[in-house]
Amino acid sequence: MFNRNVENVRLIDTVTSRRASVGTLYLTATHTIFVENETEILTETWVLHSLVFSVEKQASTTTGCPLLVRCKNFQVLQFVIPQERDCHDVHVSLLHLSRPEHYEELYCFSYNANSDREDRRKAWDFINLKAEYSRMGLPNHLWKLTPANHHYKVSDTYPADLYVPKSATPPVIMGSSKFRSRGRFPTLSYYYKENHAAICRSSQPLSGFSARCLEDEQMLEAIVRSNPRSDFMYVVDTRPKLNAMANRAAGKGYENEDNYSNIKFHFVGIENIHVMRNSLQKMLEVSEAHFPSMSYFLEGLESSGWLKHIKAVVDAGVFITKAIAEEGISVLVHCSDGWDRTAQVCSVASVLLDPYYRTLKGLMVLIERDWVSFGHKFSHRNNHLNGDPKEVSPVIDQFLECVWQLSEQFPCAFEYNERFLITIHHHVYSCQYGNFIGNNQKERTELGLQEKTHSLWTYLWKNRTDYINPLYRPDHSQTQGVLRPLTAPYCFKFWGALYNRFDRGIHPRQSVMEYLMAIREETQQLEEQLASHEMKILNVEKQQKKSVNLETNMFDRSPAVWASPPSNSSVGLANTPGDYSGLGGFLKSPYQQKEPENSLLILPWPQELRKPTDPDLSTNGDDQESGIAGLSCLSPPNEESAKDPDSDETAYSAA
Amino acid sequence: MEFSEHIKTANVEDVVLRRPFYQPTKGTLCVTGHHLIFSNRGGDSARPFLLLLRNIDAIEKRPSVSSGTITLKCKDLCVLQLDIPGMEECLNIASSIESLSSLETVSEMYPFFYRPPFLSLQDQWGLSSTEQHYAQMKEIHDGWRVSQVNRDYSVSPSYPPAVIVPHSIDDETLVKAARFRQGGRFPVLCYYHRETGTVIMRSSQPLSGANRKRCREDELLLQAVIDGSELGYIIDTRSSQQAQQARMTGGGFESKSCYRGWKRLHRQLEKGKVLQESLIKLVEACGDQSHSVDRWLSKLENSKWLSHVQTALSTAGLVAECVERDGHSVLVHGSEGTDTSLLVSSLAQLILDPDSRTLAGFLGLLEREWVQAGHPFQQRCAHSAYSHVRLRHEAPVFVLLLDCVWQLARQFPLAMGFSEPLLLRLAKEVYASDYGTFLCNSDQERCVTGVKERTHCLFQSLLRANERQHYSNPLYERTELAIWPSIQPPSLQLWKGLFLQWTDDALHLVEAQKVIQNLVSQCHRPLNEKVENTDG
Repeated sequence: MFNRNVENVRLIDTVTSRRASVGTLYLTATHTIFVENETEILTETWVLHSLVFSVEKQASTTTGCPLLVRCKNFQVLQFVIPQERDCHDVHVSLLHLSRPEHYEELYCFSYNANSDREDRRKAWDFINLKAEYSRMGLPNHLWKLTPANHHYKVSDTYPADLYVPKSATPPVIMGSSKFRSRGRFPTLSYYYKENHAAICRSSQPLSGFSARCLEDEQMLEAIVRSNPRSDFMYVVDTRPKLNAMANRAAGKGYENEDNYSNIKFHFVGIENIHVMRNSLQKMLEVSEAHFPSMSYFLEGLESSGWLKHIKAVVDAGVFITKAIAEEGISVLVHCSDGWDRTAQVCSVASVLLDPYYRTLKGLMVLIERDWVSFGHKFSHRNNHLNGDPKEVSPVIDQFLECVWQLSEQFPCAFEYNERFLITIHHHVYSCQYGNFIGNNQKERTELGLQEKTHSLWTYLWKNRTDYINPLYRPDHSQTQGVLRPLTAPYCFKFWGALYNRFDRGIHPRQSVMEYLMAIREETQQLEEQLASHEMKILNVEKQQKKSVNLETNMFDRSPAVWASPPSNSSVGLANTPGDYSGLGGFLKSPYQQKEPENSLLILPWPQELRKPTDPDLSTNGDDQESGIAGLSCLSPPNEESAKDPDSDETAYSAA
Repeated sequence: MEFSEHIKTANVEDVVLRRPFYQPTKGTLCVTGHHLIFSNRGGDSARPFLLLLRNIDAIEKRPSVSSGTITLKCKDLCVLQLDIPGMEECLNIASSIESLSSLETVSEMYPFFYRPPFLSLQDQWGLSSTEQHYAQMKEIHDGWRVSQVNRDYSVSPSYPPAVIVPHSIDDETLVKAARFRQGGRFPVLCYYHRETGTVIMRSSQPLSGANRKRCREDELLLQAVIDGSELGYIIDTRSSQQAQQARMTGGGFESKSCYRGWKRLHRQLEKGKVLQESLIKLVEACGDQSHSVDRWLSKLENSKWLSHVQTALSTAGLVAECVERDGHSVLVHGSEGTDTSLLVSSLAQLILDPDSRTLAGFLGLLEREWVQAGHPFQQRCAHSAYSHVRLRHEAPVFVLLLDCVWQLARQFPLAMGFSEPLLLRLAKEVYASDYGTFLCNSDQERCVTGVKERTHCLFQSLLRANERQHYSNPLYERTELAIWPSIQPPSLQLWKGLFLQWTDDALHLVEAQKVIQNLVSQCHRPLNEKVENTDG
C-alpha cells in the first residue's frame, strides 16, 4: 500500500490567495489529508482521490513547489511543498491514485466494507423500479412488461425490464431494435395516467439516407395506438438538425416523416457532450477568477454558453410537457445513443409533469429510472476510471442544475432543497456508493455492486431532515399538477452554491433555509410540548372535577426544555470584510504616480484581528456556514467522523 | 380647479384595461386632476383601479378610425394598456394624461390634496430632527455639537438648518469653511462609531480650483475631526482623473500637504446621466423576453447596473472597514455631495450600525442622509426608465441605494428588520407618491412650498402598526456585528423583485415570501406563546 507524508506543506486559500496554513500532507489509499499543525483545534482537509479531477505541478518558486489540485466537486486546493522532489513524488502518486484502472479499485468497494451483508442488500431494495412503474399505473391494458431484454440479449445497455405497447410483438421489438443504434428500441419512460399519453425513449434510427424498417414503423404505430385519444405522436430529436443530418452519412440519422405514418418530427437542438464539456470548462474559469469585475463575470458567463445549454434542456422539457399534459399526445425522444440528452429531456419533463418527482424519494426514483437503469454512462461521463477524456461530460450535472433552476422559480414546489441536489452531484463523482458505478445495468450486475457496496439512496433517506425544503407545501397551488415554468432568459442564473461551493465568501452569510429548518424543528418540539401541556391541563381539570380540594401542585413544574431559539450560531454569520480595496484599481490611475503619497493605501486586511478564537475563521466553523458540512471533505477526527460520508477510519489509520 | 383645463374628456365608457396579472377588463375610465380611475361595470364590489398620473413615465397612443389604444409605461415599471372606443376620446385622454402627468408645480401635486383619515397634519412632519438625533447620542456630546449656523439656509441652501460638527469649531469657522465647499456643504457628521470613537463625515468637494487655493478654516475643521489620532481617510467618489479635472472648473480635492494626516482614496462611482442610462438599458433588457440567453447576458452586462451596485457596495465596505477595522475616521465626498456621497455614507452605516437596520432605524437613516441632507429628489426622479423626454438632472441614485440594500439583505437575510416589500414601496414612492416626503430638492424648498405643513410624511405612515407588520422582516434577529457584504460577482444578483416585478417569476417569489411569513409568524410565534401560556 502506498503511504507517504510530507511536512511543512502550505495550503493556500485560493479565494484570497493571502492566507496560508502550514501542516502535513498525507497520502493514503483513499484520501489526501492535510493536517494543519498550527491551530489549537486539529484542522484537517480530506480529499477523496476519486474526486480529484486534475493535479498540476507548477513552476517552483523560492518558497517551494506549488501543486494545484482541482476536484470534480469544484474544490480547488493549492499546496506549496518545500522540496521539489517531494512535490514531484506527490504529483506522480496523486495522478496514479486518482486514476484507477479497474472498477475494483474504486472507493465504494472499500467503504464501510465490514457492515452486515444482509442489511446492505436490503438497503438496495429501498428504490424499486417495479413499484415505480406500478405507481404510474403499469402494466395495464395499453402497456406491458416485455421479457425481450432479459439477460440483456437485445440491448446490453438497456435494463432487463422494459415496458412496451401491448400490441408490440416480439418480432416487432426485435426488428425495431436492429434498426436502432445499440439496439435501443423505443420503450416507455413515463406514463401520464391522467390521459394515457406517454414519454418514450430510444436511440437514433439507422436510417441513413433512405433505409426503412417495417418493424420500427410498426413499433411507432403501436405507440400511437396505445394512446387511444390521439391519432399521431411527436418524435423529438434532441440534437441540432445539422448534427442529425451528419449522422445520416454514417448510416444513422432520424425518422423520415414520409415513412412513418402519424408522426410529427421535431428537433430541439441540444448540443453534444463535447460542447457541454468545453462550456463547463469555460464557465469554471470565470467562476475561479479572483476578484473579477462584474463585466468580466457576465461576459465570461455569456461566452461560456452554459446557461444557454441549460435553457435548451428546460425548453425541450417544456415542449414535451405541453405535448403530454395539454395536447395529450405521446412523445418519442431520442438523440444519438439515447443515454445523454434523451435522459436529460425525459427526466426534466417528468419533473414538470408529476409532483412525485419533486419529492425526495421521487427524485431518487427518477434518477434510478431515467439515468441508472437506462444506461447513462456514469463511469465514462463522470471520469471514474482512467479513460478517454473525450467521454467525460457534465450531462447529469446539467439535469441537476435544471432541477435547481426550476426550484428557484418555484420555491414551494420541491420537497428537497439545494443541498440535496449538491449532495447527489457530489456522490455521482465520489465513487463512495455503488449507485453510479459502471455504465449500464449489465455491468453493474456483473460487478456485484449490490453485494459489495452501499446505496446512496438509503444514506440520503436516513439523513432526509437535512435535505427537506422548509418552504415545501404539498397543498400549495404551485406544487400541484404540472409546473409551467417561465423560460425567459432572465430565469436562468449562475448556480454559485454548486460551482463556487468551496468559496465560502460568495455565499449569503446567513441562510434562510437553515433558519427555517431550525424553526421547523423547534415548532415540532413546541407542538409536542403543547400537546403534553394540554394533556396535563385536561388531567388536572378531571382531577378538579373529582375533587376540588386537590391542589394544583399536581402540575409538573419542571422547566420547559425546548430548544433554544435559532441563534446566530446555527445560522452562522460570517463576519469578515471582503476585499473592498481590490476593485476600482486606484493604484493604476495616472494621478497616483504623480502623487505617490496615496499609493501606500493598499488597505490592509486586518490580519492581526484574525484570532483563532474567532469562530468565523476557524475552518470547521466556516464549513458549517457553507451549509454542507455533512458532505464536505473536512472532517474532524473524532468519534463522530464515522457518520461523515467522506471519512473512513481505515483510511485514517493508514495515514 | 385649474386641472379641469387639461381635462377635455373626463369619462369614457367601455374602455378595456390590460395590466399584468389580470385578465383584460371592460369598464369606465375617468380622468381627474391627479388620477386615472378605472371602475368595472356591473357594480361588483371590487375596488376601482387607481393610478396616480405622476406615476406615468411615458405614454404611447395608437389611434385608429373608430377607437384607439393608449399604452402607459409607469415609473414603477408597470406597463398598462387602455383600449378606448372613439378616436377623439382616445386623443383627448392621451393629451390630458400627457399634460397632467408632467405638471411641475410642487404645490399642485397630489400630496397637497391627500388627506388620509389615519394621519393628521398636526403631527410632527418627519421622524426626527438633527437636534433630537443628537440628543439621543450621549456619547458624542463631549466632542461634537449641534450648529444652527445654517438656520436661515444662507450658509448652504441644500443643508438642513442644524448639523453636527466638532465641538472645537465655532460657527464663524464653519461659515468660512462653507465658502470653500461647493454649495456650502462643509464636512458634517453622519455617523459615530462607538467602539473606536471614529466617525463618518460627508461634504462636497473643496473649491481649490486650478491654482490650488487653500482654506485655513476647512483644514482646521478636518484637523479637529482626527484630533489626537494620526490618520483619517478621504474617500473621493470620483476617479483621481475626474478630481483633477474638477479643478479646471473651480472644484478640486484635498491635497496631502494642506490636510495633514488625511489620506485620500479615489473610487469612481457613476452618477447623473450615466446612471440614468444604465437604468434605461437594464429595464429595456428586462422588458424583452424573446432574447436568447446570450443576448440577455450581454444586455445585462452592457447596462452596467450590477457594476454600479458592485462599486457602491465595495466603496461602502471600504469606508466601513476604515472605521471599524482600522479605527480611522472617514470623510466621503464626490463633487456636489448630494448623490454618491449619500449613497456611500448610508450604505456604510447599514454595514456597521445595527440601529440603522431596524425598520424605524432604516427610515430614520433615509430621512437624515437623503431627505434632510438634500438629495435633489425632484430633479433626480422626475422621470424613470421609459421616458422619452430629454434627460436633464435625472439619475436613479436612490434606486441604486435600494438595490444595494436589497443585496445586503439577500446576503444577510436575518440582519435587517425590514423586508423587501418596504424597499419596493420606497422605489415606487420616490417617483410618485401620495406623501410629501420625496417632494422638492432640499429642506429649504420643502419649507418654502409648505410641504411640511400641507402634506403627510411617508415614513410616519409606514411606521403605523398595521403597515409595520407588512414591512417587517419575519426572520429578523438583531446582530450587533458589522455585516460585510461579498462583492464577488456571483454574490450580486439582479433584483428581480423590482426589475421583473410584473412577471410571473416575481409572483412565485412573492408567494414564497408569504409561506415564510406564515411559517414564522403564524405557526411558530403563536405556538411559542401558547406553550408559555399553558405552561404554568
